[in-house]
Amino acid sequence: MFDDFLFRALIAGIGIALVTGPLGCFVVWRRLSFFGDTLAHSALLGVLLSVAFDLNISLTIFTVSSLIALLLLRLQKTTNLPSDALLGLLSHSSLAVGMVILGFLSFIRFDIMGVLFGDILSVNVNDLLAIWIGGAIILLVLWFIWKPLFASTVNYELAEAEGMNPERVNAIFTILLAALIAISIKMVGLLLITGMLIIPTTMARNLSNNPKQMVILSIIGGLLSVFIGLYTSFEINTSSGPTIVVVALILFILSLIGIKKRNYG
Amino acid sequence: MTNNPNVLVKISNAGIQKSGKWLVKDVNLEIHRGKIVTIIGPNGSGKSTTAKIVLGLHKKIEGNVQTFTKKISYVPQKVSIDWTLPIRVLDFMVLTEDLKPQEINDALNLTGVDHLISRNLRDLSGGEFQRVLLARAIAKKPELLVLDEPVQGVDFAGEVALYGLIKKISEKLNCGILLISHDLHVVMSATDYVVCLNGHVCCSGTPVDVARDKHYKELFGEKSSQLLSIYEHDHDHVHTADGDIVKENV
Repeated sequence: MFDDFLFRALIAGIGIALVTGPLGCFVVWRRLSFFGDTLAHSALLGVLLSVAFDLNISLTIFTVSSLIALLLLRLQKTTNLPSDALLGLLSHSSLAVGMVILGFLSFIRFDIMGVLFGDILSVNVNDLLAIWIGGAIILLVLWFIWKPLFASTVNYELAEAEGMNPERVNAIFTILLAALIAISIKMVGLLLITGMLIIPTTMARNLSNNPKQMVILSIIGGLLSVFIGLYTSFEINTSSGPTIVVVALILFILSLIGIKKRNYG
Repeated sequence: MTNNPNVLVKISNAGIQKSGKWLVKDVNLEIHRGKIVTIIGPNGSGKSTTAKIVLGLHKKIEGNVQTFTKKISYVPQKVSIDWTLPIRVLDFMVLTEDLKPQEINDALNLTGVDHLISRNLRDLSGGEFQRVLLARAIAKKPELLVLDEPVQGVDFAGEVALYGLIKKISEKLNCGILLISHDLHVVMSATDYVVCLNGHVCCSGTPVDVARDKHYKELFGEKSSQLLSIYEHDHDHVHTADGDIVKENV
């Protein structure tokens, strides 16, 4: 059964949707979508390093993205530049440095489109293992830090005053994001991973009135996008990553009808 | 060092500087179990900063802060809930500690907002929100309760009732309370000790002592202590615009 590429793609997609749902909620609540983009862009550097030095791709992306995230936290403390400027700096420099390195690696056949937009149909059994084991670890860690992370999202100082450690859980959350990007680049690509994090979540926001409901709905939204997106891309022969994101967008638009009803009806 | 088991927090000569300017300095105060300490002072006098020093939220401080409890509840001056975060009163009540439904209901009942339990935080009025903040803080049964302007936006009758409630809570839970207010009148009856702040401790003592103090009158105007008998004493310093003390020529 795992020989069938479409089946592998489906299993991979389900695994990723289960993780992007809850992480995406925190990304939206904490206004980190640009931050997610920055981590994703830095993943190009990771991909190229892994190709150049023949390293494990997921681990290399994870390491590079985590380093960029820690660098950002450090820069935020030592400079007076606002966060969005720092993010832009890191995001575009890592993308540019990645592309320059790619120039040096002209002897390697390299599918840049696959890295940018994902190539779900090339997912192999090793990738599946990375997604499901990595995803399970991410969800487990998130489960453990849920309460302090949520409390510090609502009010940082209140959480800190009442004995939680917001700085630590924020750093852990950042590393979870880097890990998610590492396991999902191959499937959705670095330009679209933030879309998978944000779009089902914003759809869920339109339909929910408490945090748990929003997490569950964004998981459902992600799963639906994967199911419908994969099926459609297979039927009409479009690339699967973008198709999944387009389905998520359509679900978001439909959810606007729900919010209108709630506000006016 | 202190050996008094009733002391929850002791801060001595505490202060904090930001880009070369003192936000607050030379603050000494103790918070005891079952007692209410109120900090009053004009805007920008360092009231919230002092509360945050007590809570350990400021890292680079001068002086010494000793905290003898970990069961702390905090009502910040301002809590804003982002639209992207759907959160009901019920979810907010268990933000930092899991509580039984009964405990949640009792606390909300005390502050008079138990009917709002399944409402969204963003849909509450300012006064309702303050009552929910207070309910959440007391539901945890803390040993130390820090309240930064807890009755802002609450109507006058509610204000008096809530201060009465705060007094009752300090007795019932035997917890120490640090209360920040800019209005001594209403908090008077519910306070054991008052610290009057204007960049540093201007005067401190029982509410009656403070209301009679020359410095208090300077800060809040003669009217604010009219109801109390007037007590004069020599004052040997004046304040510059940023709160520094200048010795007057005697």
